[in-house]
Amino acid sequence: MTRNLLTLASALALLATPAAADTLKIGMITTLSGPGAGLGIDIRDGFALAVEHAGGKLGGQDTQVIEADDQQKPDVAVGLANRMVERDRVQVVTGVVWSNLALAMLPTLAGGQTFFISPNAGPSQLAGAQCNPYFFNAAYQNDQIHEAVGKHVQDEGFKKVYLMAPNYPAGKDGLAGFKRYYKGEVAGEVYTQVGQLDYAAELAQLKAAAPDAVYVFYPGGMGINFIKQYEQAGLKGAVPLFGPGFSFDQDILAAVGESALGVKNSAQWSPDLDNAANRKFVADFKAKYGRIPSMYAAQGYDTALLIDTAVKAVGGNLKDKDKLRAALASAKLQSLRGEVAFNTNHYPIHNIYLREVVKGANGAVTNKTVATVFTNHADAYVKDCPMK
Amino acid sequence: MDALLLVEQGLNGLQLGVMLFLMAAGLTLVFGIMDLINLAHGTFYMVGAYLTAALVPVLDSFPLALAAAVLLTALLGLVVEAVALRTLYRRDHLDQVLATFGLILFFNELVKIVFGPVPIFLNPPAALAGTVDLFGLKYPAFRLAILAVGIAVAVFLWLLIARTRVGMLIRAGATNREMVMALGVDVRRLFGLVFALGCGLAGLAGAMAGPVLAVQVGMGEQILILTFVVIVIGGIGSIRGALAGALLVGMVDTLGRALLPAAFRLVMDAANASAAGAALASMAIYVLMAVVLAIKPKGLFPAH
Repeated sequence: MTRNLLTLASALALLATPAAADTLKIGMITTLSGPGAGLGIDIRDGFALAVEHAGGKLGGQDTQVIEADDQQKPDVAVGLANRMVERDRVQVVTGVVWSNLALAMLPTLAGGQTFFISPNAGPSQLAGAQCNPYFFNAAYQNDQIHEAVGKHVQDEGFKKVYLMAPNYPAGKDGLAGFKRYYKGEVAGEVYTQVGQLDYAAELAQLKAAAPDAVYVFYPGGMGINFIKQYEQAGLKGAVPLFGPGFSFDQDILAAVGESALGVKNSAQWSPDLDNAANRKFVADFKAKYGRIPSMYAAQGYDTALLIDTAVKAVGGNLKDKDKLRAALASAKLQSLRGEVAFNTNHYPIHNIYLREVVKGANGAVTNKTVATVFTNHADAYVKDCPMK
Repeated sequence: MDALLLVEQGLNGLQLGVMLFLMAAGLTLVFGIMDLINLAHGTFYMVGAYLTAALVPVLDSFPLALAAAVLLTALLGLVVEAVALRTLYRRDHLDQVLATFGLILFFNELVKIVFGPVPIFLNPPAALAGTVDLFGLKYPAFRLAILAVGIAVAVFLWLLIARTRVGMLIRAGATNREMVMALGVDVRRLFGLVFALGCGLAGLAGAMAGPVLAVQVGMGEQILILTFVVIVIGGIGSIRGALAGALLVGMVDTLGRALLPAAFRLVMDAANASAAGAALASMAIYVLMAVVLAIKPKGLFPAH
């Protein structure tokens, strides 16, 4: 009899558990193999560090992160998004690195009423006319980073700038953002193939155009290829090179070394930003993974913080999508880059910094903040977004 | 566009072609002689680049590191051939594709475990880091070195294949494998040798590409597709075909990227011209392949 009672009690206890605490399930769909893997791995590791700092409970809920590799392929990413919605039944999907993948995945996720929080990709389409109640961006709108360098190059008085970017949505956004603040002559605007290896043909054209500065947006391996070849072509000392943080971040600097020294670039974050949370993040990341965190790692961390903040605000109730959405949208995110608020299109309003590639204390090449280009900067597309 | 720029673009095309030749020579030998589709050829290219990057700081000399890396890659080829591929020769091509694709995944993960996921550092040696003045044209010294190495390898392969006994067997093997076996040649040894040679060449290509390109996991697959295009155009199994195909692809790709946007600018506005030019330039080599195959279905210099 006692035994039966005990069984009954434990059965009741089992029944009671899920009601008391919903497990927070997060789908981490990111690029873990192939040439873009460095970026995805940093996002994943930054995110994991935030979960660890929260004691394994984002927003006080048991947190389960389900990893999947999108191989930087839109079709694979859409398949995984489908799996996360239908089979794993996650509440949130994050991890996306590439803008073209984000655009491809959104219909599936929004259709499945699953929140899609981008830790990196911030395409203009999803900030403007195609903004979506289920899409949030914890990092930046693509253009913002480029706008900052555009303003800097304009302020420095450059008159004839040569522009290069890969031929995909973020590439177009990037050069559009640069030109929004740079008003001088465009000596050339060249779009190259995504994943291009050899830039000899383009560099020869560039040299012939005789610009007084060059602006390039080449994230990941493309950036490494370009920077190496730019220096080898004897252009480094001759024509100043500028770019967004993506072209000169930690993942690239480790591979090109001193070839990038002195280059000015922009980002919403830098490893030397002086606040307690960031100091702890950089130190713990180095200790845990043995490398200096990139901006992608910081964005992964901030994404986890945003989820943490919103889930706390709704008291762990993950069923009510409208409340969770309101909590995400109104979050005053205490991020690694100070307080960040979100605009009506669910994109951040934040500072953008100018950084310079320098040799750090222990000889490692890294970025140093040199100026704040924009304070509380909103993106240019919010006016086209029908969400209010 | 002035003449000097055209010369420079020509050199760029030649250099890309030579780079592709280093890859294609090994792949076409293995394919033509052993009848083995080796998708993992790019893996040896990656291994060559990583070994060079790892050995430069240890040996403190780029040429030494390069030589060691090429040798080690060839040795790795011998081991892989003996352990994984020997059982596949009698199986059909689909099995070989599956198995060598597995090798790609295995080695990519292995390299990630050993060297980490982030691309690693490799720059040209100081002596070749700058530019060389060629009659008023400033050209990157290291790209000239790639050109020189590629030409040297082409001459070496020609001598090897046209003038030595091993070369005779390789030629015979490419033309009629069964007959060579029937004549009592130790095919197993010949295959091992050919595979190691191919891997060494891929390693050399990786070592020479490393200072120009990102040394990262998956770098082999990026160049592998181009390499397949080259050997299909050139004719499978033929070194001469590989050379012709590589130079053709290098030239068409480079000149396409250089000239097409400018050509489109004559008929449309700048923004559309650069977009259309970029799109068409990225297709140019595949169009070339289609045209070549339409005229000569077995490639330019078929071995069989």
